[in-house]
Amino acid sequence: MKPVLQTEGLCKRFGGITATNDVALALAPGARHALIGPNGAGKTTLVNLLTGVLAPSAGRILLNGEDITRLAPQARVRRGLVRTFQINQLFADLTPLETLALAIAQREGRGARWWRALGADSAIDDEAAELAARFHLADVMQRKAAVLAYGKRKLLEIAIALAMRPRVLLLDEPVAALDPLARRDFLATLTAAVAADDLTVLLSSHLLADLKRVSDHLVLLTAGELALCADIDDVVAAHKVLTGPASTVDVNGLHRHHHVVHVDRTPRQVSVIARIGTGPLDGAWHVEDAGLEEIVLAYLGSSETRELVVAS
Amino acid sequence: MSTASVRPRLVHAARWRPLELAVWLAAVAAYFLLPQHALILNEIAIFALFAVSLDLILGYGGILSLGHAAFFGAGAYAAALFAIHAMDDPLAGLAVGALVAGLLGLATSPLVLRGTDLTRLMVTLGVSLILLELANRFDGITGGADGLQGVVMGPLLGRFEFDLAGRVAYAYSLAVLFVLFLAARRLVHSPFGYGLKAIRDNRLRAQAIGIDPNRWLMAVYTLGGAYAGAAGALLAQTTGFASLDVLEFHRSADVLLVLVIGGTGYLYGGIVGAVVFKLIQDALATATPQYWQFWMGIVLIAIVLAGRERTFGLAREALARLAARLRGGRLSTKDVA
Amino acid sequence: MLTLLFDGVAYGMLLFVLAVGLAVTLGLMNFANLAHGSFAMAGGYLTAVLTNQAGVPFLLCLPLAFLVPALLGALLEPTLYRPLYQRSHLDQVLFSIGLVFVSIAAVDYFFGSQQQFVRLPQALQGRFEVAGVGIGRYRLFIIVLCAVLTAALQWAVVRTRFGSRLRAAVDDRATAAALGIDVNRIFLFTFAFGSGLAGLGGALGAELLGLDPTFPLKFMLYFLIVVAVGGTTGVTGPLAAALILGIADVAGKYYVPELGAFIIYSVMIAVLMLRPHGLFAEAAR
Repeated sequence: MKPVLQTEGLCKRFGGITATNDVALALAPGARHALIGPNGAGKTTLVNLLTGVLAPSAGRILLNGEDITRLAPQARVRRGLVRTFQINQLFADLTPLETLALAIAQREGRGARWWRALGADSAIDDEAAELAARFHLADVMQRKAAVLAYGKRKLLEIAIALAMRPRVLLLDEPVAALDPLARRDFLATLTAAVAADDLTVLLSSHLLADLKRVSDHLVLLTAGELALCADIDDVVAAHKVLTGPASTVDVNGLHRHHHVVHVDRTPRQVSVIARIGTGPLDGAWHVEDAGLEEIVLAYLGSSETRELVVAS
Repeated sequence: MSTASVRPRLVHAARWRPLELAVWLAAVAAYFLLPQHALILNEIAIFALFAVSLDLILGYGGILSLGHAAFFGAGAYAAALFAIHAMDDPLAGLAVGALVAGLLGLATSPLVLRGTDLTRLMVTLGVSLILLELANRFDGITGGADGLQGVVMGPLLGRFEFDLAGRVAYAYSLAVLFVLFLAARRLVHSPFGYGLKAIRDNRLRAQAIGIDPNRWLMAVYTLGGAYAGAAGALLAQTTGFASLDVLEFHRSADVLLVLVIGGTGYLYGGIVGAVVFKLIQDALATATPQYWQFWMGIVLIAIVLAGRERTFGLAREALARLAARLRGGRLSTKDVA
Repeated sequence: MLTLLFDGVAYGMLLFVLAVGLAVTLGLMNFANLAHGSFAMAGGYLTAVLTNQAGVPFLLCLPLAFLVPALLGALLEPTLYRPLYQRSHLDQVLFSIGLVFVSIAAVDYFFGSQQQFVRLPQALQGRFEVAGVGIGRYRLFIIVLCAVLTAALQWAVVRTRFGSRLRAAVDDRATAAALGIDVNRIFLFTFAFGSGLAGLGGALGAELLGLDPTFPLKFMLYFLIVVAVGGTTGVTGPLAAALILGIADVAGKYYVPELGAFIIYSVMIAVLMLRPHGLFAEAAR
């Protein structure tokens, strides 16, 4: 199955800082992807690169096989690549109804029409109103976005994205700064909204717990590098926790056939999380299944980043 | 409890408000009721068109321009030269003036897309100064400091001769203002108009819904230029005269002041502001003929210091409510965010 | 040719002294002060009046040409300008245009609209030859004086504590304030100093540039060009921009007199198109 959105060797450097390092992303069509990484890992930078807000220092981006690396953001939107912003980006002076109608008009290719009023096409008007209602915005759809409450603004942010009828939807930390209850409600609304089969979703966050509810693929980003990009079930199946007495087990030998992610040593025992390859496994190791959290934390490495991801 | 039936439709925002009709009726009534003031009414109408053209660029496009006189002057000279060397039909000259200014707008629009407000100020000022220099240098064509005299126009629509009292001139300018205003009005209520607001509000977001900000801004800048050119053409045609004054800096400053007085972003600001400005200017010019520029400066300073919103106190608040109704009858009172 | 270069450098240094106050004001307060030229005009007219009518020697006028506009700036900054720092650029532009109109009309009223001349001392008049290059004494004086000023400015900005506080406030006003830097005082002083420099430049420039009530408008664009091209983050940027501008203008008017001012305007537009944030600005703000 060809990936619907993929990158090859994507790099972004800001002066001396490499924010994105040789990323080879591949999004499976119709799948829900979770883009996980601690703060500062480069999630928003990656989304900005994919949508064209930032130009890459190197590499390519392909949407349905078409090279979109040089395309302006609005051109990518027209090809079905839509995003939401972590910090709500709305039109302060427009109402939700107007904003959604404008987005729909744009989608239909009627955005540049100047001789007929925005609401003259009643189909657009109706669709905008219906979309607003679906996102609990019916009571505020005539109020300017600048005066909307925070929760409504987040909902509007999603509504706009869906008004574009995206083929690939990138959600940049949509639940950041929401309390756990609000987060759960929001994710439920979101899940219902993106239930369409042919929509590919990438949802980024630094919180692991919620994302297991909405995604089936995991994209793990640490310090600008792609550590994992695969189906969650495959990830869990491929990684194991190996434990054994410090005196008898050979960690170096493990390196030869398997990908060692993280090693924990105490004077008596060694504990390893590894992705099991095709080679043989020393019988001295005691093998157990690894949980998703364990695996992710193992890839994240240092203890500070772990704290960031676990805290929810 | 019914839901869909009481929902206000978007298209209602584009409906004509009674107040708008009142404005235009008053303008037409002035033709009949104030024939002795036809000359100044004509000036007001031209000025209003000029201000509306800047409102499109500044109020809707968000482009801060200090050189809008460039288009006004280009249109004035183009129309004057057309009348002298080609045809004396007013409407043809009007079209030429608007076209030339529009092309100038299109050619210079890439300059205002990049950089900051300061950059735009300078680039627009620079363009108008270049034009002024050009007009000065090629005084063989433009008449230089003396200007182009004797721009005699033929009868309007083949029937109406321009009279010395200026009544035909006023009717002409008012008609042109009305037609162009109608077009602009349609534009600002259209998806394109909302898109302009969107670009001004949040460029990133506008791109995220598929709008190409540069193209749209170029379009509105060109249109604003064309409208200003039409105003300039009207001036040249109705006064029979075009001089370097049409490209001077004070023209750009005056029209900015008009929009300060009238307000930007709802189109009628140009008309309201032009009326008030001309009345103030007339009053000041008769009181202190030599130094009215001084008082203009004081007025500018005072308005800005007092706050553009608080300047006219209660009257201003009423105007704002008027403006809200003119803009589009939203039921919510929380318009001013 | 070298004479041209020399003249151009003199012109450029003069422009720099005139415009550097505007650059710092814009960088520091983010205020587009189009009335900067009015302070220059004040210094010029003061000098003209003192040398012509009071017989005060030219060199003595120069410090006064600095002080009086500086005091004027110190007066206007906290009263008129400071309330407007948070306002939109449109408001700031309109305000400063109003100020320009007022100043032009006031000068016209008191002094008339004819050009004013400054009585230069004998020592500064005329020219002498050095290796076949004609050196105007007055221009040489300007170059030397402005170079000293520039060096002093650069030293003040880079080496003194005030300079570092100034740079901190330009970089990030809120953080500077949080660090205990009295931002208001810095604003006041900087604005006054910049206006004083403008006044000094106006006095020096009366001979070279021509002094009449329309001075602020005539040279408004030049100041803005220096600032836009040179950037607002330092002293060296505007200096380089002013020198380029001065040389280009003098050379342009000599070699292609019909095109005159076009060169400058076109160069400005070209530069801004290519580097919208100025030739020397670092990252886009």
